[in-house]
Parts: sequence; C-alpha cells; structure tokens
Amino acid sequence: MAAGPMKMRATLGNGYTDVRVLMTHPMETGQRKDPDGKLIPMHFIQNLTVKVNGKTVVEAETSQAVSRNPVFTFRVKGGARGDKVEVSWVDTEGETNKTEAAVT
Amino acid sequence: MRFLILLWIGLVLPVHAQDAKKEIQRYQQMIAEGSPVELFELEGEALWKKPQGPNQVSLEKCDLGQGAGVLKGAYARLPRYFKDADRVMDLETRLLHCMMTLQGRSRDEATRRVFGNDDRPSEMESLSAYIAAQSRGVPMAAGSAQPKEKAAFELGRKLFFHRAGPWDFSCASCHGEADKRIRMQDLPVLSKPEFARPVVATWPAYRVSNSQFKTIQWRMNDCYRQMRMPEPVFASDATVALITYLTVTGKGEPYRGPGTKR
Repeated sequence: MAAGPMKMRATLGNGYTDVRVLMTHPMETGQRKDPDGKLIPMHFIQNLTVKVNGKTVVEAETSQAVSRNPVFTFRVKGGARGDKVEVSWVDTEGETNKTEAAVT
Repeated sequence: MRFLILLWIGLVLPVHAQDAKKEIQRYQQMIAEGSPVELFELEGEALWKKPQGPNQVSLEKCDLGQGAGVLKGAYARLPRYFKDADRVMDLETRLLHCMMTLQGRSRDEATRRVFGNDDRPSEMESLSAYIAAQSRGVPMAAGSAQPKEKAAFELGRKLFFHRAGPWDFSCASCHGEADKRIRMQDLPVLSKPEFARPVVATWPAYRVSNSQFKTIQWRMNDCYRQMRMPEPVFASDATVALITYLTVTGKGEPYRGPGTKR
C-alpha cells in the first residue's frame, strides 16, 4: 500500500510560493532484512514532480536516503493566490500518486 | 579497551551535558518540522467516518464527553468520568467503548490489534492522531472533580510509586528524580507538574526512530514492559488510572500535539 494519503500546503510569500508536501511511502532501502533474515526488496520514490498551473517547475530524483513517510518543502518563484499546485511521484515499482492544492 | 572508553565517556560527559541538551533541542525542532503526523490524522479521519462492525455504523456518533460526535476540544478534557459506562475513561478506552456499543464489535475483536507497526498503524493509533489534533490550542484539563475521577487519580498515584516485578521497579524509579536519563533521553519527573505539562501537551506522538505513531495506552504498556512487569490489560482500570494521574498532574498547557519524538 505505497499509495497512501498525501497532504500538501502551498502558501504565498513575497514573490515566492512555499510548497510543503507530506507523503506516505515505506521508502525501503533494499538493505533491511525481515524477521526471517530475507532482504526486503528496495522500494522507494524515484521521481518527484511539482507543477504549477500545469507547468513543471521542479523535477527531482530521490533515493533510498530519504526517510519513510517523507516531507518535502520547495520554494517556487512567483505564484499567485489560487494557482493550482500539483505534486506527483513515481516509485521503483512504477506506482504513482499525486495531490493538488490551490495556493493560499 | 572497553575500560578506556568508559573512562573517556566518564570524563567527557559532564562537560558537554549542556551542549548535548542544546543539540537535542535543535534536533527535536528539526524533526517536528518534517513530522508526518498529519498523514496519521488523515487516516484517522477516514476510520472515524468508516462504517464498521456488525452494525455497520461509523464512530461519528461517539460521545467523547462533549456530546455525540463533538471532537473539538474533546481530547483536552480526557480522561474523564462517563456516566453511561460509570467509569473514568481515557481516549482509547472511550473509543473501545464506542466500538463495542455503537458498532457492535466484541472487545476481543476490537482489541486484537491495538498497537500497530511501521507498515500498518493500528486503528487506535490513527484515531488517536485525528481526535487529539482537534484539541490543538485547547488547555489540557482532564476531569478531577467527580469522585470516580478522584479515585482514579489516587489509584494512579499509588501505581506510579508502587515497586514490583523482578527488578523491583516503579514508574518513579525512572521518573521520580530530576537529571536522570536513558542514553541521551532526559527522563521527566512525571509526579511534578512542571515536568508533566509538556509531556501531556504532546502525547500521543509520532516516533521518528521507528516511523510509528504511539498512543498513551501504548506508553503505559511499554513502560510496564521495560519494568519487566506483566503486561497490563488495554483500557483497564490500572492503565486509565495511571493516565489520569499523569494527565491531571500535567494539566494547564495548551495542547500542541500530536507531537514528534526522537
């Protein structure tokens, strides 16, 4: 159940927009072992995209080094109240999830 | 070699204890900023509204003390005496009561998995996160006037200082004196309001080191495990009394949880 809830806030600053997004993900490194000593296969968010009004403003590659249930904060230039911010991710299993919020 | 290391720690620690404390505070601030507590709140909200049990109803009609379904500020007034059950209940005990009375679930089924793990949080954990969050900013004020509330407080106080088990431990063995710690964790003197207040105002909480949301019933359960005592029964008079004792002792601070712990 990698694709659990996501929660995002996008707040307007002076000439910029702060985007803060929480996501549910196990972020398995591939180095942990289960109680039977077997390796738990790696499973983590690999790509992260932030779009403002449909235009991509951030594209990030993430690795195993990021914690479980990660939180990301981005500062995007410009923005206006009501702009639509969309954050989506793709993990190593090809699973995806996304969430949307309006800038406040 | 081991002797040398011990000697080194012994020499260095007193000098840097203050610095360490400051660094730990900085660390706590950093983890609070990146806390995924809100994800548990979302899951809890979904569970609160989800029809379950033989009666296929949600918990939305559950009375947490402020009227059926009223969540705002409800957590800050718990534990308290409930007339319909004729006993003092903390949040989880009350939730269990609602699961049994409203949803028609058996005690056995509803308590089968009260503590979850990092892959799958328990129902109680998510619900605690959601409900406690609705009390943010509300001063903590557990019930302490009704006779059964007073009795629970007294019983909790006795349990707190009661030494037992193979190690002859009580809660006060670790939480009864200032400046004690386990590894780098300072242990609050929970019998004193000034130490209990920040604790009461931040539980339940997300624990970063194991990615789990921890409830106050879990905290009691795990302290008893650490003391090597028999496992206390979930939502029993004993755990409710201890929670009442701690919460009443630490009343007064506005709730600012669910917190984030190391």
